[in-house]
Amino acid sequence: MTVATDSRVMLMTEAIHDALDVALGMDPDVFELGEDIQDPKGGGFGIHKGLEAKYGSERVRLTPISEQAIMGAAIGAAIAGMRPVAEIMLMNFIAVAADQLYNHAAKLRYMSGGVTPVPLTVRTTTGAGMGFGAQHSDMLEAQLVHTPGLKVVVPSTAADAKGLLLSCIFDDDPCVMIEMNALYFAVQDEVPSGDYRVPLGSARIAREGTDLTLITYGRQVLDCLAVAEQLVGEGISVEVLDLRSLQPLDTDAIFASVAKTRRAVVVHEAVTRGGFGAELSALIHNELFNELAGPVARVGGANTPIPYASSLEQAFLPGSHIESAVRALLA
Amino acid sequence: MTTTEAAIAVGTRVHLYRTAVRILAFDETYRSAMLSGKVGGMYYPARGQEFAAASVAAHLEQRDYVVTTYRGVHDQIAKGAPLRELWAEYMGKVTGSCHGKGGPMHVSSPAHGLMVTTGVVGSGLPIANGLALASKLRRTGQVTVVNFGDGASNIGAFHESLNLASLWQLPVVFVCQNNRWAEYTPYGAGTSVANVAERAASYSMPGVTVDGNDPIALYCAAGEAIDRARRGDGPTLLEAMTFRFFGHYFGDQGEYIPEAEYSAALAADPIPRYRERLLADGSATAQELDEIEQAARQEVDDAAAWAFEQPLPPVSELTTHVYSEEIL
Repeated sequence: MTVATDSRVMLMTEAIHDALDVALGMDPDVFELGEDIQDPKGGGFGIHKGLEAKYGSERVRLTPISEQAIMGAAIGAAIAGMRPVAEIMLMNFIAVAADQLYNHAAKLRYMSGGVTPVPLTVRTTTGAGMGFGAQHSDMLEAQLVHTPGLKVVVPSTAADAKGLLLSCIFDDDPCVMIEMNALYFAVQDEVPSGDYRVPLGSARIAREGTDLTLITYGRQVLDCLAVAEQLVGEGISVEVLDLRSLQPLDTDAIFASVAKTRRAVVVHEAVTRGGFGAELSALIHNELFNELAGPVARVGGANTPIPYASSLEQAFLPGSHIESAVRALLA
Repeated sequence: MTTTEAAIAVGTRVHLYRTAVRILAFDETYRSAMLSGKVGGMYYPARGQEFAAASVAAHLEQRDYVVTTYRGVHDQIAKGAPLRELWAEYMGKVTGSCHGKGGPMHVSSPAHGLMVTTGVVGSGLPIANGLALASKLRRTGQVTVVNFGDGASNIGAFHESLNLASLWQLPVVFVCQNNRWAEYTPYGAGTSVANVAERAASYSMPGVTVDGNDPIALYCAAGEAIDRARRGDGPTLLEAMTFRFFGHYFGDQGEYIPEAEYSAALAADPIPRYRERLLADGSATAQELDEIEQAARQEVDDAAAWAFEQPLPPVSELTTHVYSEEIL
């Protein structure tokens, strides 16, 4: 792994492009496949632009609209020892490939007693607030985390998007990177050049604090940072913990933070009921029950499909409910 | 490559019989062990379909890839999965091919090119495309054979896979072992074409229907398809007509199969019929074939005896192989 000697400011989309470029350049067994990813468009958000021109159409491979075939092709190629990066255009379409991902990719290492591992990466995007409606906007990380054998990451910064993606590509297990599209062009930060890795299972303290921990990931990291900033004026010190990696999960970081602040609010965009926040809440209660100043709170998406009307879609999102949850726990 | 029946060497003809009786011996012995309670669990016999496996696998090298289904013991054996580890895996023993963690529906023996066995109908086809894609990208000349039943030709993954394989000209052969029954449902109640192979035309690939219980005819057809894939001319849908004698799972009485159909299939049992053919055309003597049968039974008896002695996995194995690292 080369040590990054320089870095530059990039959008999240550019950072993802950079990761793909680095991976394709360093290992001939890496290839991409997905719908519309070739030039000139380079995918729905332009992430792949120029990669086909640079690496050829064999390794930046255009697929038909066939999610089961895309996922299965990635699985087979991975079992043969390659490192495919499959794009599933929108997270809701994982449902179309569900059998391949959940019954095969996740389980073939285990069912084979370790002799047919599946070192593939799935990249997918989603997020409410874009007006894409109920079938194009869901955060479904709970389903992935609920399937042993899969690894799941959700970056909130451009640097993490690059570092996590490279770690996923060179990980020997099936990894899913969830890219929240609200962040694609909204975040930009310093991204190290070259083969930059962020290890899986490592959370990041996005903001240090002492009174309460907001545990979150993806777009909601930005929401939480905004709330934390707003509360400074009232003398409230909120720590924001960006999980980055949901499976494996950095429980040490979670427990260290909540042991310190004694108050935790979990924030995620996904539907609250049965969401990953429930798992986090249970873990924290189990580990730190006697130290908690109050129960772990969850602020998540409404228990509804995501509506189209912008007024309703904004009401679905958890962002406007974070502050009141923080205040309630501090009261 | 041989495409005419007459040109097939005697050694090959006899080899097909040897593979079929090895499969038969394993299947018979395993069924017998189930009946006597020495082994438990679910078993999906492939009795009657031995040549569907043997005549195709005869063309494959160890490095070629095979994907099969829960009714895959014949494909597994024909591809070269060692019998001891296979029997042990079927019993869930820790020294089985997959540490006892997959069982009969999920056997892998990648050292022998047996890459995936799937318990979900039709799911092997997309994965076979991936194996073939890797061969193509790496220019290895490997061929992938994926076996599935007539029922699988109606699931979405079949259609997506044939389309993709054709589009990308993948070195894959789709072998539909059409045994006329999808679980308890007859072919005609599930499939809207008279022959599965007709569907090949929708995906711009050759579609061939052949008597899968005629070892020589299938050997020829399989040879053409595998050659086509190996030289880079793309996929084939090969439909091998056959029949399964023991229902969907072992224990299934098959009462839904019309008596006349069942008796006719039994009367046309491909293994004794082929034995007669080999004797009649002088490919082998009765003694040679007897020795082959005896050797097969001995090989299976040895495998079974070995497997019965093996332990089940310790509880510590529950949590291994979930990931590449020792994490949960």
